[in-house]
Amino acid sequence: MTKEWRPRIVAFFCNWCTYTAADLAGVSRMKYASNVRVIRLMCSGRVDPQFVLDALTRGADGVLIGGCHPGDCHYAEGNYKMLRRFQLLKRLLRDMGIEEERVRLEWISAAEGDKVKAVINEMTEQLMKLGPLGLPQRFEEWDKEVTRLEEEIRGDAAGAGCACAAKLQKPAAASKSEVAHV
Amino acid sequence: MQSTKENTRIGFYVCHCGHNIAAMVDCADVAKYVKGLPNVVLSRDYKYMCSDPGQELIQKDIREYNLNRVVVASCSPLLHEHTFRSATAAGGLNPYYFHMVNIREHDSWVHTDRGEATAKAKALAHAAIDRVAFHKALETKTVKINPDALVVGGGIAGIHAAMTLANAGKKVYLVEREPSIGGHMAKFDKTFPTLDCAACILTPKMSEVGAHPNITLWSYSEVAQVDGYVGNYKVRVKRKPRYISEERCIGCMDCISQCVFKEPKFEDEFNEGLGKRKPVYIPFPQATPQIVVIDPNVCLNFKRAKGPDGTPIVSDKCKKTCVEACGDKNAIDFTQKEEIKEIEVGTIIVATGFKTFDSKRIPGYGYGIYKNVYTALEIERLVNASGPTGGEVILREGKNPDGSPKHPKSIGIIHCVGSRDKKTNIWCSRVCCMYSMKLAHLLKEHTDAEVYNFYIDIRAPGKGYEEFYNKLLDEGVHFIRGRVGEVTDWAMTPEEEGKLVIRVEDTLAGYVRRIPVDMVVLSSGLEPQADAQDVRRLFNMSCGTEGFFLERHPKLAPVNTFTDGIFIAGACQGPRDIPDTVAQAGAAAAEALVLIDKGYVEQEPNTAFILDEECSGCKSCVPLCPYSAILYDETRKKAHINEALCKGCGTCVGACPSGSIVQNLFEDEQIFSEIQGVLAYD
Ligand SMILES: Cc1cc2nc3c(=O)[nH]c(=O)nc-3n(C[C@H](O)[C@H](O)[C@H](O)COP(=O)(O)OP(=O)(O)OC[C@H]3O[C@@H](n4cnc5c(N)ncnc54)[C@H](O)[C@@H]3O)c2cc1C
Ligand code: SF4
Ligand code: SF4
Ligand code: FES
Repeated sequence: MTKEWRPRIVAFFCNWCTYTAADLAGVSRMKYASNVRVIRLMCSGRVDPQFVLDALTRGADGVLIGGCHPGDCHYAEGNYKMLRRFQLLKRLLRDMGIEEERVRLEWISAAEGDKVKAVINEMTEQLMKLGPLGLPQRFEEWDKEVTRLEEEIRGDAAGAGCACAAKLQKPAAASKSEVAHV
Repeated sequence: MQSTKENTRIGFYVCHCGHNIAAMVDCADVAKYVKGLPNVVLSRDYKYMCSDPGQELIQKDIREYNLNRVVVASCSPLLHEHTFRSATAAGGLNPYYFHMVNIREHDSWVHTDRGEATAKAKALAHAAIDRVAFHKALETKTVKINPDALVVGGGIAGIHAAMTLANAGKKVYLVEREPSIGGHMAKFDKTFPTLDCAACILTPKMSEVGAHPNITLWSYSEVAQVDGYVGNYKVRVKRKPRYISEERCIGCMDCISQCVFKEPKFEDEFNEGLGKRKPVYIPFPQATPQIVVIDPNVCLNFKRAKGPDGTPIVSDKCKKTCVEACGDKNAIDFTQKEEIKEIEVGTIIVATGFKTFDSKRIPGYGYGIYKNVYTALEIERLVNASGPTGGEVILREGKNPDGSPKHPKSIGIIHCVGSRDKKTNIWCSRVCCMYSMKLAHLLKEHTDAEVYNFYIDIRAPGKGYEEFYNKLLDEGVHFIRGRVGEVTDWAMTPEEEGKLVIRVEDTLAGYVRRIPVDMVVLSSGLEPQADAQDVRRLFNMSCGTEGFFLERHPKLAPVNTFTDGIFIAGACQGPRDIPDTVAQAGAAAAEALVLIDKGYVEQEPNTAFILDEECSGCKSCVPLCPYSAILYDETRKKAHINEALCKGCGTCVGACPSGSIVQNLFEDEQIFSEIQGVLAYD
């Protein structure tokens, strides 16, 4: 690889605050790291944890969720609902061994173009330090491990219990190995 | 035209936006890349896609190439999604077969490396191409617009907006917090730059509002709750008790003169505390409505206590000479309670104005410490013929040797108090230079004193404003350039004795000067109202970083907000003078009229629905909906969404554990394909 490695960030921004803030950053010609890709949703409440997992499985190194400040959601409380879901998601990610900094939730109001810039730049910097997440590769390794365990178990001919590595319910993206679990 | 994924035929267009995009993104390269993506039949780059020829190109291509999907990569969808959807529809396709990619605000304008920006544009385009294949034909819903309107705030902005709507034959509710409409303008003596008398131009407008058959004026009232959506807002208005029946009071004010308090004794808010009023009062002679108010905090007939519901308790301890004076008009009612009115309106104009910067926040300028330091608003009242002194400019402190009130012989006016300063507010308040000069002129006229203006820059960018500045120079008003360091009573020379000394670095002369004066005027800047954040939430609006209400687009939608049917006008959106305020109020009224006269509004069909067969009946979604749009059928054990109530946030969709809720325009498949698309690059 000739070019310096840059983390891939997938961002989910709510239409009313954070997406508008990103537009404002543009109109104000602020400059920030180019490695972020924004997907527009009507509200941060629409963010399904599966979106986050899917992005990571498909090779994102980080996911940024942006919504209106508490109390400011265009739909009254979608962001609170998201916050609750986000807490669960974080626990799940921790269990998967994914660093906390990789998935971030930020409240950014329509006026805070500068915050869009600051958050993206800061997150890019943090991810540069963490390096690639490489979830697709990790999955491959996990799959190998699972297959090995399965072989071991088959070797034991007991089939005692496989509460093991398969803690992770793999999201839609699915690699071939999903078959192996069924 | 329905199409399945197999026969998807996508037309892709990447816009140069002149140089705005093309300077940072290699548009031809993006078009070439997209050409190679699945289902893409045609891929073009073009100078201005939003122009007529650009839109016609889309229409022509749809017919010629038999396209059934259209993707445009250009500016923000918040700006032009509607334009391109219309073009798609004009080409004979369902408008929701269109998808837009933002490569200007989110790409070319924010990045500096052409290679990276081009790569990003490709990834975003790729996502849209993947996504649009999953788009479905949808029907736009229309909702009816209730023709009645609500205007909140009765300053010059609210007055003008209400009058415009009422004159167009619409029914208007005007809700004002204070006992009278008029706002700040009602306090002024003259207005810059024409020096026409504020009352002469404002009061006729105020009485017109009060008398207009189409206007329901609710003063001393506040909006308590807003529900609903564009065209159909349900509003609860809290009417505070003024202890006077509005129907029966004829405005004779006999009660005021007959009050047991022979002399006015209590701080008069309208006169900025420079005058006194009685417990029963009218804020100023031309107040509209012409109805008195009783202040229960000082009226003797109330105990100085509040009941459990917060309302003051009647003690009946006073002789009630006011009631006697009112006689058989019988308008005084000590039992009046707060009242809630419920109204239904289709559009709302918010015109709640500004407050002035609290000058005490800069102790170095001595407001509240030295009595002869005044705020500009106090001076407005002091030079006002109907003000507390009848227009005589007398000092708060100090008397002539014969005991008569003292007139200032020298006056210093400090500009930009609380403005253009990182420590307070960074913005320019836009009107202070001009009103400072207006006050300089009026003070000189009233007192013949030497008047000094201390300014950073003179900002006079309006019609006739620079001319006004020149006029003042001719009148011999002094202008000293420099930010004042402090105001002090510490004399260093005999001529400074008994004076207030203004210490300033004269940046034109290049040295520090000390100017002794009798009176100091602080030209305090304009700030958002103290309750701007509450008001913003009430109407589902946004605020800018400084706290003023945020417009939908700074140039193209300056009176719209992000909530359809809710508009803003006047200084609540940012500091401005009266001419700009009135122009904006007219614009807001016109925007409301567009909706009202059209009679209906088209709504995004981005509502959610539940796939009945898939719903497991877990009820997770039911409490999530902020609009109670989700109903649960106990017999069938299934949830169901009432489409009319759903506003399309998608919160329930993200939470359904069985994935049985679908949001139009934001379907799972569409978003997953977008995720896949944005990551499909190396
Ligand atoms: C000292 C001074 C001198 C000035 N002199 C001039 C001049 O000479 N010429 C000029 O062009 N401009 C002048 N200006 C600027 C002028 O005051 C503003 O342009 C103008 O007042 C803006 O009008 P508005 O209706 O937007 O706001 P405001 O005048 O502030 O009126 C807002 C109204 O809304 C009401 N309100 C607020 N919140 C609520 C609520 N929640 N519910 C219900 N009602 C509410 C308020 O009580 C008020 O009546 C001056 C400003 C200052 C401070
Ligand atoms: S959350 Fe999903 S499954 Fe549960 S009731 Fe709602 S629609 Fe049905
Ligand atoms: S999308 Fe939002 S508004 Fe619509 S039913 Fe679901 S939660 Fe309610
Ligand atoms: S609309 Fe922004 S978080 Fe709900």
